Amino acid sequence: MKINDVILHSVTKVAVFIILTLAVYLFFSGHHNPGGGFIGGLILSSAFVLLFLTFDVETVKTAVPVDFKTVAAVGAFTAVATGLGSLFFGQPFLSQAFGYFGLPILGETELATVTLFESGIALVVVGVVVTIILSIGEDV
Amino acid sequence: MIVNLAILIPFIIAAFIPFVHKKITRIHIGWIVLFVPLLLFILLASFIPSISDGQTFAYTIPWIPSAGINFTTYLDGLSLIFGLLITGVGALVVVYSIYYLSSKESLTHFYIYLLLFMGAMLGVVLSDNIMILYVFWELTSISSFLLIAFWYHRKRSREGAQKSLLITVAGGFAMLVGFIMMTVMTNTFSVREMIGAAGEVSDHTLFLPALLLILLGAFTKSVQFPFHIWLPDAMEAPTPISAYLHSATMVKAGIYLVARFTPVFGGDTTWFWLVTGIGLLTLFWGAFNAIRQTDLKALLAYSTISQLGMIMSMFGMGSAALHNGYSPDSVVYTQATFAALFHLVNHSTFKGALFMVVGIIDHEVGTRDIRKLSGLITLMPISFTIMAIGSFSMAGLPPFNGFLSKEMFFTAALDTGALSIFSLDTLGATLPVIAWTASVLTFVYCMILVFKTFFGPYREEKLERPAHEPPVGMIVPPAILSFFVIAIFFFPNILGNHLLRPAINGIFPTFAAAGESLGRSISQWHGFNTELYMTIAIVILGTILFLTLRYWAGIYHLFPEKLSFNALYDFSLEQLETRSNSVTKSYMTGFLRDYFVYIFLLFIGLTGGAMIFTGAFDFDISGNAPIATYEWVLVIIMFSAGIAIPFAKSRLTAVLLYGVIGYLVAIFFVLMRAPDLALTQIVIETVTTVLFLVAYYFLPEWGKENTPKRTKVTNLIISLSVGAIFIVVALAVQNGRLFESISSFYENAYELAGGRNIVNTILGDFRALDTMLEVVVLLIAGLGVYAFIKLKYGKGNQNLEDK
Repeated sequence: MKINDVILHSVTKVAVFIILTLAVYLFFSGHHNPGGGFIGGLILSSAFVLLFLTFDVETVKTAVPVDFKTVAAVGAFTAVATGLGSLFFGQPFLSQAFGYFGLPILGETELATVTLFESGIALVVVGVVVTIILSIGEDV
Repeated sequence: MIVNLAILIPFIIAAFIPFVHKKITRIHIGWIVLFVPLLLFILLASFIPSISDGQTFAYTIPWIPSAGINFTTYLDGLSLIFGLLITGVGALVVVYSIYYLSSKESLTHFYIYLLLFMGAMLGVVLSDNIMILYVFWELTSISSFLLIAFWYHRKRSREGAQKSLLITVAGGFAMLVGFIMMTVMTNTFSVREMIGAAGEVSDHTLFLPALLLILLGAFTKSVQFPFHIWLPDAMEAPTPISAYLHSATMVKAGIYLVARFTPVFGGDTTWFWLVTGIGLLTLFWGAFNAIRQTDLKALLAYSTISQLGMIMSMFGMGSAALHNGYSPDSVVYTQATFAALFHLVNHSTFKGALFMVVGIIDHEVGTRDIRKLSGLITLMPISFTIMAIGSFSMAGLPPFNGFLSKEMFFTAALDTGALSIFSLDTLGATLPVIAWTASVLTFVYCMILVFKTFFGPYREEKLERPAHEPPVGMIVPPAILSFFVIAIFFFPNILGNHLLRPAINGIFPTFAAAGESLGRSISQWHGFNTELYMTIAIVILGTILFLTLRYWAGIYHLFPEKLSFNALYDFSLEQLETRSNSVTKSYMTGFLRDYFVYIFLLFIGLTGGAMIFTGAFDFDISGNAPIATYEWVLVIIMFSAGIAIPFAKSRLTAVLLYGVIGYLVAIFFVLMRAPDLALTQIVIETVTTVLFLVAYYFLPEWGKENTPKRTKVTNLIISLSVGAIFIVVALAVQNGRLFESISSFYENAYELAGGRNIVNTILGDFRALDTMLEVVVLLIAGLGVYAFIKLKYGKGNQNLEDK
């Protein structure tokens, strides 16, 4: 049975970018506003899930050649490793630091190590969610 | 700081080994690994002058300061001795292993495990914080497991590894409980502070349990009777590992622990009798069983068990000195501890050499069965020399270091036996008798080691390869060790004054504080005294027994295999598997309904019980905000969706109705000004729905269930009570305040963490440890799902276990 899903394809092509942008926006805004690593990661994974639903798994895998298990592992490693980083400054494990810097274009910006930690969390969420959905979906 | 770094260096290097191994293929990776123990040995040796002046070094890196857990190292005489043994023997073993293992073996694994072990073992002896010590302690067990199972395609290797892990880790758990009890008593995690508080704890109710549990940990690790059964099986490891872990270092960790805690527990009757008694029993049983072995390595394993028992018993005897506190008369009994430390070093030298020679024989000839070996002396003269030096030292003959410590052992046994405390006036005479009997047996198996292997006719037809001397690199390490065996005999006081004296001062801090100079000068000749006569008698009787071995070996048949501790171990392992299997099968029915029943019944019991217990049922809704019209509308839609679900005709409808409830909850979150929650709820709802659709394929037909009426009624009752409890919880949560609200902790989040979103500052900063662990759990869960689905049995199945 051949399904005519031109509309879904066309909408997805545009929507995925909007969702991805939203995910990145929510990830960075999490410091002061709603958002953060967990939600950012979830929305990222929903973008991937939409891709997998619209196009078939093989197509997406050639377009996005990442092993999501590795993504999850890298994320967990990042989260733990950023925690270890504070030990080198004589601080207890997982201490976070922040500071305000004047950057070109962006102006006065707050940079915080918690962003690195949160990026690890986002990666784990993306990796795990996509891995679970893919492995159940592929097991036919 | 340097000492803290010394523990970490092996771990850091281990992480780089795979990369280095890929880059450098021309030279053996072992040469690069060799730098680690060599460097650390030189580093630790540079502390000898200051340590022998009585200094100690402590350095703290804060880790979890709020819980009192810090990475504190403490270097004193005792830990320095162990540190030097670990790095010194480690360096020799690495050289030896370069020639022992061919480059076809998975060398990266081998050296990574070896470095892991080295770092962990240094961590055990240098840590001052008992929690850190415990972590390193278990890490030595794990690296030992990996190394025993290095040739994991052999069934016996895997079984030996499992046995050692089960026994040592079980002991480790007991030790952890003992440590926690110690912390409860002394209110500190630091070993030094515990020693400082030693006098205050002896009347505490937890004193005896803590003592027993810590000893259990020490005895399992240091292969004391009846936990010795894992060591012979651990001989499946490559010989460098047996020489290093299973004779020179790891099995001495328990002895280290006993020595470390002697100032705390010493003087107690239970401690004295357990350590001395079990030590002597192990000494005897190990020596007795060593004689019946036909495998050279198994013989050495039993001899290690026996020698460790001897060291253990000496620490027990030495602890008697603490019974009445410090007095000039009790100082003489610390001599036993001094002898223990001395023999500890001696044992590492001669036993290391012996293991390496046995490895050479195995490597060059292809067998280590005593019945096949004979007459190797003409073909392997250098190996013979080293073997003879090691064996005669172990037998307690001059001019080797074993003679000195054996004499001191007899002195200690005689002195302690003559004490009048601990009811020694009745039992005391047994100590020297057991010590002497076991030493006769030791003499016999030492002679077996030398004479059965190297003398007699050479029978090449029984060997796999013709005998010849090994490459120089395999001879040098044992030769260095046997050089020490002789050198320590002639200059024992260099060792005694610089290392043993500061160590014994650490074990008897109250004595050292009283200005007593502990330790003594070791002399080769004491004149004609009881100890010397004992040694002469050992040689005479031992020779007779060795020559008549054939006639009395029959007594070993009196101990049938069925009644041994090995059989007990196998039996309990088998029972454990079958029993746990049947218990699991009894409740894992494979029906989703049953699992839900377990979960919900537990929920009803715990939550409902807690509500009744705390009296949280009375709630008051008069203070709540008025409910607006649109909220009524939303609630009514949710209600209707919920009621419709059980009556849905197709699964898709049910899924969609669930979705309706989920999204409405999200709208409620928006209305209640919780945008974070609303966002999460919406995304989760979406992803869950997708997951449901993916899983759709696997679900059975949605039909009417033909379940008996009783089940239906039970289901109804359970679901009603779960719902009722949920409603009550939701209503009561506003009122029954059991604890103060914690929100005041986070009010200054912007100043402390620089973020205006308090939820995320809690997640990423204040409670980052929770978040990190949750993420790790999530990863494990994801991998679990993947493994369950992708690797399930029956899909391209192959039996991963070999026959």
